[in-house]
Amino acid sequence: MSLNHYLVLGAILFTIGIFGIFLNRRNVIVIMMSIELILLAVNINFVAFSRYMGNVDGQIVTFFVLAVAAAEAAIGLAILVAFFRNRATIDVEEIDSMKG
Amino acid sequence: MSENLLILLAPLTGALIAGLLGRKIGAKASIGATIAGMLVSAVLAIQVFLRIAAQDGQVIHEEVFSWIVSGNFKVHFGILIDRMTAIMLIVVSGISTLIHIYSIGYMADDPDEPRFFSYLSLFTFAMLVLVTADNFLQLFFGWEGVGLASYLLIGFWYKKESACNAAIKAFLVNRVGDFGFALGIFTIFLVFGSLDYDQVFQMAGSGKFKPTVDFLFFGAVDTITLICLLLFVGAMGKSAQFLLHTWLPDAMEGPTPVSALIHAATMVTAGVFMVCRTSPLFELSETALGVVTIVGAVTALFAASVGLVQNDIKKVIAYSTCSQLGYMFFAAGVSAYAAAMFHLMTHAFFKALLFLSAGAVIHAMHHEQDMRRMGGLFKKIPMTYGVMMIGTLALTGFPYLAGFYSKDAILESAFAAHTSVGTFAWLMGMMAAVMTTFYSFRLIFMTFHGQPADHHACDHAHEAPWSMRGPLVLLAVGAVFAGVVGLPVIDAGWFKTAIVLAPGHDALAHSHHVPTWVKVLPFVAFVVGLVAAWLLYIRLPTLPGIIAETFRGTYRFLANAWYFDRLYDWMFVSMAKKIGEGLWRTGDETIIDGYGVNGAAATCTRIAGWLRSIQSGYIYHYAFVMVIGVLVLVTVYT
Repeated sequence: MSLNHYLVLGAILFTIGIFGIFLNRRNVIVIMMSIELILLAVNINFVAFSRYMGNVDGQIVTFFVLAVAAAEAAIGLAILVAFFRNRATIDVEEIDSMKG
Repeated sequence: MSENLLILLAPLTGALIAGLLGRKIGAKASIGATIAGMLVSAVLAIQVFLRIAAQDGQVIHEEVFSWIVSGNFKVHFGILIDRMTAIMLIVVSGISTLIHIYSIGYMADDPDEPRFFSYLSLFTFAMLVLVTADNFLQLFFGWEGVGLASYLLIGFWYKKESACNAAIKAFLVNRVGDFGFALGIFTIFLVFGSLDYDQVFQMAGSGKFKPTVDFLFFGAVDTITLICLLLFVGAMGKSAQFLLHTWLPDAMEGPTPVSALIHAATMVTAGVFMVCRTSPLFELSETALGVVTIVGAVTALFAASVGLVQNDIKKVIAYSTCSQLGYMFFAAGVSAYAAAMFHLMTHAFFKALLFLSAGAVIHAMHHEQDMRRMGGLFKKIPMTYGVMMIGTLALTGFPYLAGFYSKDAILESAFAAHTSVGTFAWLMGMMAAVMTTFYSFRLIFMTFHGQPADHHACDHAHEAPWSMRGPLVLLAVGAVFAGVVGLPVIDAGWFKTAIVLAPGHDALAHSHHVPTWVKVLPFVAFVVGLVAAWLLYIRLPTLPGIIAETFRGTYRFLANAWYFDRLYDWMFVSMAKKIGEGLWRTGDETIIDGYGVNGAAATCTRIAGWLRSIQSGYIYHYAFVMVIGVLVLVTVYT
């Protein structure tokens, strides 16, 4: 397995994540999952480059990213719960109170 | 402060006291203040007149203060009293004082007395500034000042719509004239570099100026002719000459003392005074003099012809004024300035007298002005009848009364000028003289003779109070004697430096040597007019109606004052209204509001509307923009 395979996998995951955000019309949780996918794609890239270049820095950063992702998921879900309590929905189409 | 300055300041003080404090100090005190001011002014004016004119004193020339200094443009406020000014001073102050006194009785029931007297005194102040000016700018200041006072006084009864309209009309028509006048003054400064009479006249006399100037799209025109014609346009406006006369008859909407003072005796003669004052310029331009003569002659005839058929007692006298001003102008036009000034003086007396007696009649008839509803009044108000008869005789040139001397001097000068325009003016003046007598006696006969048309009003007619009768008597004395006493005025050289005559312009000097038939003709005109009026209005009172019916077209033409009002309405007023409406609808509402103010606002709203839709409120849109942004940045910076 060469570096390219890893990078292609990362790119595919990243693209799926992006499309997950934009094409998703139903609920916010999918958006959060998509964000996780994007972060995952980034992590794969870090690890792949770390292995390829024989340097552990990338793997260390990966741990930070995982930590941030976990925190983000926790806060995001908390916001989502609070939001659901207020609006009784998590439908993306309904969340437009910032509309100008 | 010199006493000469006090002649001007006394009426101004009176005007300020009555105008600013009138409410506080009440009507009586206001009247007292203005009349005191006028008396001071009149006494000083008489004193100056005696010193300068009667005892051959020096010309008084004082600089009061430096008025405007801007680069090489320097104007000071000065007082110049020579013999011409002395005559004007005595006419203005004297008659104004009498009219102030007359107004006590005439305006007794009016709630706005302080305002009225304040305006009257303000007018007198402005008129005195005008006549004592020693430079063109001060002349213009006085000129506009009297225009303002005239506007205020015509519209004195501001609740009456016709009075307000008449005031606006007078002001606007005068603007036309003043525009020309202002251009004339600009040209004088451009050419001579100064506005002082002394300097301008001296330079003009010695020929040290550019002979031609470019004027608008006319190309190069003769400097002096241009200046004189522009100044004369101003004089035409102020003195209600043909084409710019339309405001004067309407100005009769003002109270009668105002008509007497401003629209007969003093202000309207300002144009004549100005032409005489600038004689050193007019003498240099035959063209300008010709125009002055023709306009004057046409006005004399035109106004007299319209006066023949008017039924409003004040309008008859108003057209008469207009006609007499025409006489003065053609006198000036044939270089008989002294005769013009002489007629100005005598006219001031008898025309003020006529207006004030007309006021007394109107007062007696409880504000009835239509002569058709009068008649048979001479038994009821014999004294008014007497003084009005004197005024009429003086106007029509009855021998040895004021008008006899001055009008004859004018007609003889016009004849003696031996120029085509002079002869034309003489012919016109002669015809106008017949008409003058006719309409004047028509007025007398319709008002005082015959059967009363309205018995009720006639029975209640009463003589005016003494405050009104006193001035009438004094003016009647003036109307009788002004001619005899003032006769030396037309002697050669009486005005000394005030009037400059070009060589060969000696119509007045030759006027004493005209053939006898020319001298007798004015009297013949008087008799013809009198007999015609007697026939039509006493002997055969049904005849005027029949004549009017037979020559209906002519009658209407005259009664409508040659349709000038309608013509101007059609040419200027409706046009101006259309332009105004166009500017309002298209210019203001469509362009300025539509594309400008409201348009800019609407465009902002529209653009904001588009931009607003970008901000959809959906998180994934924002995220998308962020990603695109990152992509763009990454692409740009790698």
